[in-house]
Amino acid sequence: MLSFNVVIAISLCYVAILFMVAFMAERRAMMGNATWLYSPLIYTLSLSIYCTAWTFYGAVGYAARSGLEFATIYLGPTLMMIGWWWILRKLVRIGRAQRITSIADLVSSRFGKSTSLGMIVTVISVVAATPYIALQLQSVTLSFAVFAQSNGHVWRDAELNATAMWVSVGLVIFTVIFGTRNLDANERHHGIVMAIAVEAVVKLVALLAVGVFVVWGVAGGPSEMLTRIDASPITLWDHNGGRWISLLFLSAAAFICLPRMFQVLVVENADERHLAIASWAFPAYLMLMSLFVVPIAVVGLDLLPTGSNPDLFVLTVPLSQGRDGLAMLSFLGGFSSATSMVMVATIALATMVSNHIVVPIWLSMRPNQQAVMSGDIRHVILLARRLSIAAVLFLGFIYYRVSGGGTALAAIGLVSFSGAVQILPAMIGGIFWRGATRIGAAAGLIVGLTLWLWTLFLPSFGADALISQSVFDNGPFGLSWLRPQALFGISGLDPLVHGILWSMILNTGTFIIGSLVSFPTPLERLQGAQFVNIFEHSAAAPAWTNAAAGAEDLLIMAQRIMGSTDAQAIFEREATRQGKKGYLPEVTPAFIELLERELAGSVGAATAHAMVGQLIGGSGVSVEDLIAVADEAAQILEYSNRLEAKSTEQEQTARALRDANAKLTALSIQKDAFLSQISHELRTPMTSIRSFSDILRDGEVGGDAQKRYSGIIHDEAIRLTRLLDDLLDLSVLENGQVMLNEQTGSLSALLDRAIGGAGLLGSNLKIVRTPEVDDVTITTDLDRLVQVFINLIANSRKYCDARHPRLKISVFDRGSHFYIDFVDNGSGIAADNQQLIFEKFSRVADGSKAGGAGLGLAICREIMRRLGGDITYLPGQYGTAFRLRLPKKKLKNTLGEL
Amino acid sequence: MTIGPKSKIFLEQAGYRQRRLRDAVRMLPVLGIVLLSIPLLWPQDSGEMSYSSGALVYVFGVWVLLIVLSAFLSRMMHVDGDPQQKGPPS
Repeated sequence: MLSFNVVIAISLCYVAILFMVAFMAERRAMMGNATWLYSPLIYTLSLSIYCTAWTFYGAVGYAARSGLEFATIYLGPTLMMIGWWWILRKLVRIGRAQRITSIADLVSSRFGKSTSLGMIVTVISVVAATPYIALQLQSVTLSFAVFAQSNGHVWRDAELNATAMWVSVGLVIFTVIFGTRNLDANERHHGIVMAIAVEAVVKLVALLAVGVFVVWGVAGGPSEMLTRIDASPITLWDHNGGRWISLLFLSAAAFICLPRMFQVLVVENADERHLAIASWAFPAYLMLMSLFVVPIAVVGLDLLPTGSNPDLFVLTVPLSQGRDGLAMLSFLGGFSSATSMVMVATIALATMVSNHIVVPIWLSMRPNQQAVMSGDIRHVILLARRLSIAAVLFLGFIYYRVSGGGTALAAIGLVSFSGAVQILPAMIGGIFWRGATRIGAAAGLIVGLTLWLWTLFLPSFGADALISQSVFDNGPFGLSWLRPQALFGISGLDPLVHGILWSMILNTGTFIIGSLVSFPTPLERLQGAQFVNIFEHSAAAPAWTNAAAGAEDLLIMAQRIMGSTDAQAIFEREATRQGKKGYLPEVTPAFIELLERELAGSVGAATAHAMVGQLIGGSGVSVEDLIAVADEAAQILEYSNRLEAKSTEQEQTARALRDANAKLTALSIQKDAFLSQISHELRTPMTSIRSFSDILRDGEVGGDAQKRYSGIIHDEAIRLTRLLDDLLDLSVLENGQVMLNEQTGSLSALLDRAIGGAGLLGSNLKIVRTPEVDDVTITTDLDRLVQVFINLIANSRKYCDARHPRLKISVFDRGSHFYIDFVDNGSGIAADNQQLIFEKFSRVADGSKAGGAGLGLAICREIMRRLGGDITYLPGQYGTAFRLRLPKKKLKNTLGEL
Repeated sequence: MTIGPKSKIFLEQAGYRQRRLRDAVRMLPVLGIVLLSIPLLWPQDSGEMSYSSGALVYVFGVWVLLIVLSAFLSRMMHVDGDPQQKGPPS
């Protein structure tokens, strides 16, 4: 049998080990090699403070009384964790971005950094946590009493109370030492976190050890255990759907609303990615904690005498089987569960009390700048925090004394949960609904708090303790519709379901209606937009427009709160960023906002805002500023759109310019080529004319020769004239100065004219005409068209190299156009030259044979263009082939353009 | 008109898969609520305590299933940490 003193000694040793662990963690963190403290494992383990003495002892008692219902308390958080993408991720991101220090700070900051809202949330949290802390004290005290009893000494009230008091004092000391080392609540409390992680492992191992002992040691295996469960008097499943669903909701909501859970989930979160791992690891932890609860309850009911407290089965079952070691482990597990919860809960609550109640009151007592310039604020805040820790524990102790310490643990826990979840509507509304306002939130919270106090908290002390039995039965002042457990005359509901239902419905309803009818302040709207759209990096208005404070005053204030090292670091960084030396940067609105956010990490958003406001005396943000910011953002967007459009336009222009430049270059080259060509073409006949005329002038030639030479001179002069005529013609055509003379005539007659004019006499070229040609009547400038025909026929005569040259002329009617093809049976034109032949001075065959300057086809092309058609080389005809395209009625239009 | 990378309507395959994984994570608690509400449909008066251990096994089975699914999804997902990590002081 364990002697009571040994139990005390072991507990003290355990506490000493925790002290050492916490101390070493602090040391390692200070030295900067504590990367493992930021691991997802530590994060998950620190979440385990959800499993308090309620879980460790109370769950078994709960299962013994209500069966599987106990599991809802752990299934709710499981649902919340596996659905982390919905709410938790957003909370963590907001907490990081806004440097949130507590759940009260979150609500206050969201609703325009409102001091009063922070106070209301703090009050709710403290009142709701009081029964919970009492629960922990009660369970630790009872577990001590079990050992005392097993030594044959039954504890009375005096001894129980003394134990509860000493446990409280011990907890206050531990928490003050490790929980108020630094003022910045946003920084992690490494010692506490490490101690919690160790305790998380201890309580899990202890509960699993007891469970394994019960299943395999007592029952004899899992299947025997299931048989025993079926045979036990516990009704595991009682079909109370209302309670099942309500409790799932309650525990899920409480998981994010409890101040201590908010502290470890959001405030102490080091990395958003840890959430992804904790999303399954923490539910797994919860599941393991719950796994053996029912077996322990069943075996406890079997083994222990009727009337034993089922809340202590975890401890009494091993004791009754003589397993002292296991009982000791179990005791340490329970002790761990209780202490870790109390430590974190009191830190979270103390932060809230100091930031949202003590400091605002202290500031309001010094209404001028003195408040922030003189007096050691740091000292005040730290002292406030330490006193708050003691006060919160003292309140728990009072609740424990008043409630008598006899209530079932789970019942106390549920009352506490339902108080904490009154914050839920304001919190969820705040992060998802931009229309939520401070007035609505405050009204909802007050309604929720009142209803919770009336329907759940006050009745939890029992009839005739704080509320008399007559009020339970008939309502206050005989108003029966106000009966605490049958509001509005609806009786017969489970008291817990009744309280949760009414408080949540009226709380949410008031919140929504209050928000709909009220109008938010500019700061509220600013904060609302930043909270709701936390994942979009939207343009934010600076909360200050007029910065009239000196940098030095701000530095003094910041030093008083953050300590000189941190404050100077911030100021120096800002000065460097602005390109200045020293510690005093330009006081810009952006810098004030940065400073305010840093201060908020220590004293909360509302207090930081008030302090900065007192010092700089500047005006806060106005509706006009907000609208200006929105306009600015819209303008920037529009401007960037316009820039984009403009740059596309510019690109198009540049491309057009490039094209034009290329064309100009090409034209310039063409012009040069044209000039050199034309000089060459003119020079050749001129040279022969000059030399022959020289000979004739010298008069040394005979009559025959003179005649011949004169003939050459004449021929060359004609050639020159023709060349010049052609050039003139081409130039006129190209410049569009040509006058077209429209006539109507038969194509057949035109061709006759052309053949006659092409000088076919003496040539063996045979012209073949399809019969359709004779039927066609055309309206165009007939003379010009004949010019084209002559050119083509003459070309064929000159270049067709077939033995029996033949030119086939055919006509096709293609709707709006006539196609007139000239195809001979020569060797054709190589593909490379097919485009070139229409250029000026281009000659495919050698020039001497042609006897022309190579202007013919160029002129043809120009004429056809003027006539509204064109001329193309027609490949694939086994000879040289040209196709004329002539519009039937286009001429008028073309003339109009000219 | 909106611009910027946030407003993409269509994504390549990997990005598309990530979005559907997020959808799955969002749906997981809904699945949990549905599965945990099913016992409420069980017949009330079957007399015997035949549902005792059955209910226990069912609830813990659902629990394990949810944990396994959540672990699987969080492994598959790439969570982009936010820009200002609160890392260890180095």
